[in-house]
Amino acid sequence: MGNQTATNKQLTEQPWLDSTAQPFIVIENVSKHFGDFVAVNNVNLNIYKGELFSILGASGCGKTTLLRMLAGFETPTSGRILIDGIDVTDVPPYWRPVNMMFQSYAIFPHMTVFENVAYGLRKEGVQPAEIEKRVADMLELVQLGGYGKRKPTQLSGGERQRVALARALVKRPKVLLLDEPLAALDKKLREHTQFELMNIQDELGITFVVVTHDQEEAMILSSRIAVMKQGGFIQVGMPKEVYEYPGSRYVADFIGTVNLLEAKIESKDGDQIVAAAPEMANHVRAYTDLQLEVGDSVCIAIRPEKIYISQNEPDNDDDDRVAGVIEDFGYFGNLSLYRVRLESGRIIQVSAQNRRRSVERFLEWDDKVFLSWRVRSAVVLTA
Amino acid sequence: MGQGRGMLWQWFAVAVPYAWLLVFFLAPFVIILKISLADPVIAQPPFTPFIDDQNNLAVTLENFRFLLSDRLYLLTYLNSVMMAGVATLLCLLLGFPMAYGIARSSPVQRNLLLLLVVLPFWISFLLRVYAWMGLLNNHGVINNVLMWLGVIDQPIQILYTNIAIYIGLVYSYLPFMILPLYASLERLDLDLLDAAQDLGATPRQAFWDVTWPLARPGVIAGCLLVFIPATGEYVIPFLLGGPESLMIGRVLFDEFFVNKDWPLASAVAIILLLLIVVPIVLLQRFQSAEDDGART
Repeated sequence: MGNQTATNKQLTEQPWLDSTAQPFIVIENVSKHFGDFVAVNNVNLNIYKGELFSILGASGCGKTTLLRMLAGFETPTSGRILIDGIDVTDVPPYWRPVNMMFQSYAIFPHMTVFENVAYGLRKEGVQPAEIEKRVADMLELVQLGGYGKRKPTQLSGGERQRVALARALVKRPKVLLLDEPLAALDKKLREHTQFELMNIQDELGITFVVVTHDQEEAMILSSRIAVMKQGGFIQVGMPKEVYEYPGSRYVADFIGTVNLLEAKIESKDGDQIVAAAPEMANHVRAYTDLQLEVGDSVCIAIRPEKIYISQNEPDNDDDDRVAGVIEDFGYFGNLSLYRVRLESGRIIQVSAQNRRRSVERFLEWDDKVFLSWRVRSAVVLTA
Repeated sequence: MGQGRGMLWQWFAVAVPYAWLLVFFLAPFVIILKISLADPVIAQPPFTPFIDDQNNLAVTLENFRFLLSDRLYLLTYLNSVMMAGVATLLCLLLGFPMAYGIARSSPVQRNLLLLLVVLPFWISFLLRVYAWMGLLNNHGVINNVLMWLGVIDQPIQILYTNIAIYIGLVYSYLPFMILPLYASLERLDLDLLDAAQDLGATPRQAFWDVTWPLARPGVIAGCLLVFIPATGEYVIPFLLGGPESLMIGRVLFDEFFVNKDWPLASAVAIILLLLIVVPIVLLQRFQSAEDDGART
């Protein structure tokens, strides 16, 4: 991940690693107060051209307020916002080179699909012939060719979503803002639409900023993710970084599932630590860059899919392991989830791919099992 | 069994209001229509029977011919429609911002504001109109306050003028405008206005492109609820209006109770009804045709 080793290819694909790259959207010391309530608290962020950037957080974390400030519906209490080098902090929404896809889609119910998509171009004063062409092209792009004369009431949820997307894209904005773009779709349609969104983004090269509470959505879609909590960013990074190298318990827990173990460092050798975890009945090893001392309290985070589950005691001493009993499990077809009770009573979550096809169950309730994981899989957290 | 019972209830629920309308609206209407086709006589009842002594149908269109040829009656109709129209427009201009404000206020405030809108109904309509006489007359509250403030040095004549009628009409019918407008504005999704602005519409354009068309059913309902009763209004012009303010409700009353010309009064009523019903039916035709056109 280090800057020194980044190749040119990496720098074009990951401009945030390039200290000379010009950010496309600059959010600078932005705060937003509603009375006594601080919705967004002194936030700084650079987003680069062509990124598909996600702002991820639980409801009420300030992510929607931040998006509305980018769109121009809210004015920051302090700080400024630049888009393509121009300060747009006080520019009203109708003059910003930004379009938004609303969570509710906000399709005008009294207009046809064509009129909805053409609305923005009409306000811009584009010639009717060109409007006709651009709307038709855009409807084609979102696979709604021939839907122009329909009324919004005649559309399914997925079709409405595409109308909203087409309407926001047809003006060729510099930035497209998407508020929970997939929240209202069912699971199958969601998966399909996710990839469609990415293809469209790729094709048009428009910078996307997505706000979502759905970590899975953010993981799949994004070039980078900003995790937001109580009005501020607590971690910004690529999906892989945020998932594999969470900076805090909150991030580790919010993105994906995780087993968090309280521990105390007993010895330290370079970047390897050995910590006593009372819940584990034995010691846990981990690697960390953090400057820690013997005796420090830390939290060890291990993802369920990083843990191997077996009935035979593994003989590989390079891995850490612990014994337990299966308390409960769930079969999901492609994988199974196990809840394993340790001697201390602590429950550890484990997920395993169902690689073998077998009608008989491999593991049962109350089976005695061993859990083991690579030492490198354990993440040390202090925050 | 259960379904049959449900059907019975459904039938009952529909039948009762229809029966009510049949007995208390359609039947009287037919009777009025019959009387309007008779000649007046000094007798009890004061009109000629439908079928005369020789068993012939005794029908005359004389009343209608008279009404349509008399300039005074035509002027009165025109004046009523015009005054009701102006009052409706004033109600819309006043009511729209009020309904908009109520729809945009917090839920707690909203209930209070709606309560205030309907609060006047707790007092009899007649009493409220009488109260306006007290407010508007030459030694009334308004004139006294204006004189005390030094705005005027002698009372201005408001009572018994058309202005007093307008005040009375707007005051009395404003809630009927506000409530349907509120209902349609309250349903309006605010995201739609944001979306319009996001796509390049100024707030004013967003209002005319989004708010106004979506509020139109409320506007039409409110206008009809004000215009129809205002056209035939009797109490307000009678109590607040002057001798020169001709409204059809007063003429109707005078023909019935002063001139005792029941057939002519009935004809006045029939024409009034046509005057109101025909444009509404046309409007609704137009409306549904437009909706269908947009849908296909």
